[in-house]
Amino acid sequence: MIAALIARLAQMLLVMFGISVVAFLIFFATPGADPSARIAGRNASQETLQQVRSDFGLDRPLPVQYALMMKRLFISRDLTSFVNRGQQVIPTVMRAIPITLSLVGGAAVLWVLGGLIVGVVAGATRGSAVDRTLMILSLIGISMPVFWLGEVANLLTQSRWHDTWLFSWVPALGYVALTEDPWGWFKALVIPWFTLATLYIGLYGRVLRASLIEMMQEDFVRTARAKGIGERRVLLHHGLRTSLVAFVTMFGLDFGALVGGGALLAEVVFGLQGIGKLTYDALQTLDLPMILANVIYASFFVVMANFVVDVLHVVLDPRLRDAH
Amino acid sequence: MTSDAQPLKQTSSQRRRATEGPWATAWRKLRRDRAALFAFAVLIAIVLACASAPLYADYVSHTNPFVTNLNGEIEIDGQIRQVLEPSTEGLGLGMTPIGPTWRFGPYALGADNQGRDVAARLLYGGRNSLLIAGVAATLCLVLATFVGVVAGFFGGVVDMVLSRILDVLWAFPIFLLAISLSIVLIAQSIRIGPIEIRSGSLWLPIFIIGIVFVPYVARPIRGQVLTLMQAEFVTAAVGLGATPLRILLRDVLPNVVTRIIVFVPLMLALNMIIESALSFLSIGVQPPDASWGTIIQDGQGLLYSRPLVALAPGIAIVVTVLALNILGDGVRDALDPKSSFRVA
Repeated sequence: MIAALIARLAQMLLVMFGISVVAFLIFFATPGADPSARIAGRNASQETLQQVRSDFGLDRPLPVQYALMMKRLFISRDLTSFVNRGQQVIPTVMRAIPITLSLVGGAAVLWVLGGLIVGVVAGATRGSAVDRTLMILSLIGISMPVFWLGEVANLLTQSRWHDTWLFSWVPALGYVALTEDPWGWFKALVIPWFTLATLYIGLYGRVLRASLIEMMQEDFVRTARAKGIGERRVLLHHGLRTSLVAFVTMFGLDFGALVGGGALLAEVVFGLQGIGKLTYDALQTLDLPMILANVIYASFFVVMANFVVDVLHVVLDPRLRDAH
Repeated sequence: MTSDAQPLKQTSSQRRRATEGPWATAWRKLRRDRAALFAFAVLIAIVLACASAPLYADYVSHTNPFVTNLNGEIEIDGQIRQVLEPSTEGLGLGMTPIGPTWRFGPYALGADNQGRDVAARLLYGGRNSLLIAGVAATLCLVLATFVGVVAGFFGGVVDMVLSRILDVLWAFPIFLLAISLSIVLIAQSIRIGPIEIRSGSLWLPIFIIGIVFVPYVARPIRGQVLTLMQAEFVTAAVGLGATPLRILLRDVLPNVVTRIIVFVPLMLALNMIIESALSFLSIGVQPPDASWGTIIQDGQGLLYSRPLVALAPGIAIVVTVLALNILGDGVRDALDPKSSFRVA
């Protein structure tokens, strides 16, 4: 088992290295463009360009440039933006992380609960009108672009129905820090949570239903039934329990992907200054150091989330303990 | 005592299948799936409607949906109205584009903030959205099949290198990768060998969307090929002295094809969503061209005064993607019922 974990760790480091190289090459080595002009932003002066060139070692070979960049990202952490002069990039990214975590964490609670309910109810009532309705709703949930759903939510809660009893509590768009005002934090995030969770409730509900139906054909379920165990207990204790392994895997990957930039669209629509919104704003101003830092930090988070899922898998499932 | 009817029924249906062939079976199953057929009809209707966008612009809306029309006027019920009217809401500053007229003619769905006909733009935008989704899906499936089959077929070092590359691409957050690529590519044209991608070209979103989902498709194909290479009929073919090429073409590829077909509607659905997201973030289709994503972005500023500008393309996306997903479920049930992969 230790060997399997070490192999996975090595794999993770390799992927992280690969990602940093790819990101670096995209920004610094695409043919036909001067990276210093890109880093310095629009309409930069000659001095700024000169400063960028010496700062990033752009007159030196690519591997040296890469090493310098990584040093500034992870060791000295002194990367500064040239668009918003003097803005420290890494602390800005760090300040955005709690916002993204608040958004994704709350949505995750919703979608796990919602997915479980939809999946179990639909699986238990397979073929009934309830099942069919839930599956159609899930499919609609999967088919809606999250940013559009967010706009519809804004239209209803901020404008059309804002003056009715239903949504008069919804505050103006923006983030309220949890440490300052927990109730305000909750109110500001409820609508974004539901918006972000819709897709995943549909997805998890469908996957869980399919998995439950498959499990209910298995031998161990027949054995449980033969022992005279009630259908509800068979479903929840035998079927659901086994299905949850796949559920946990999906959750780890989706959570990682959302924190690592996937929540961008929801953040943009709801005006939450998280990692994704930070990258989006940097895109509007062509603030390259900011984008590079976001991309690398976010993708590292995704890789680490995948690693945690892998480790959990190895711990949960003895069959994966061989070292490959 | 195995005298119940179950085994008998199974053998008779097995015998029928054996004479029918797998494609005919799948086709028969799909034909019986009324939801999938209905979804397919809806898709055909959407494609035809979008394809006739120039006709609509010429004969119905009588406007060029790519040219701003700030001082235009139209006649409704004998009254002349300006396309952009002085705003009556809030402080009365700025202009509000004309709302939907709800009739088969100019500004059926109203105008956007540049006075352009939303209905006509919706059809033109749909053309781009469908085109990008289709070409990107083709690109993705071709690349992924190639990578997956090569990795699974040759195994060893080739497999390891390709799998690691897929890992890197897979871990790269989709939108951040797209932003990174587009920030570099959007400002100037880029040359990859003989191909030149100009900034603002549709090839840019196609290229980005086509690349990011390669691991999503390539990984299951690689897994399937690995399993196939262990199958007894492949061992038998090797034992009979079949060349690797023959094994690849006769034994491996035909078994992979069904799975690739199952992926087609699902990839199209996924690509539609991603394309709209990229265009919404202004890194997909570039103005004055339209796609359903860019129209939603146009409508963002008008959300509270003229919500239909953002709502209409969103509804178009939901209907199209929903139809693709229903069709995808039907195709999967018909061709590859045991496979279980996610829709998004």
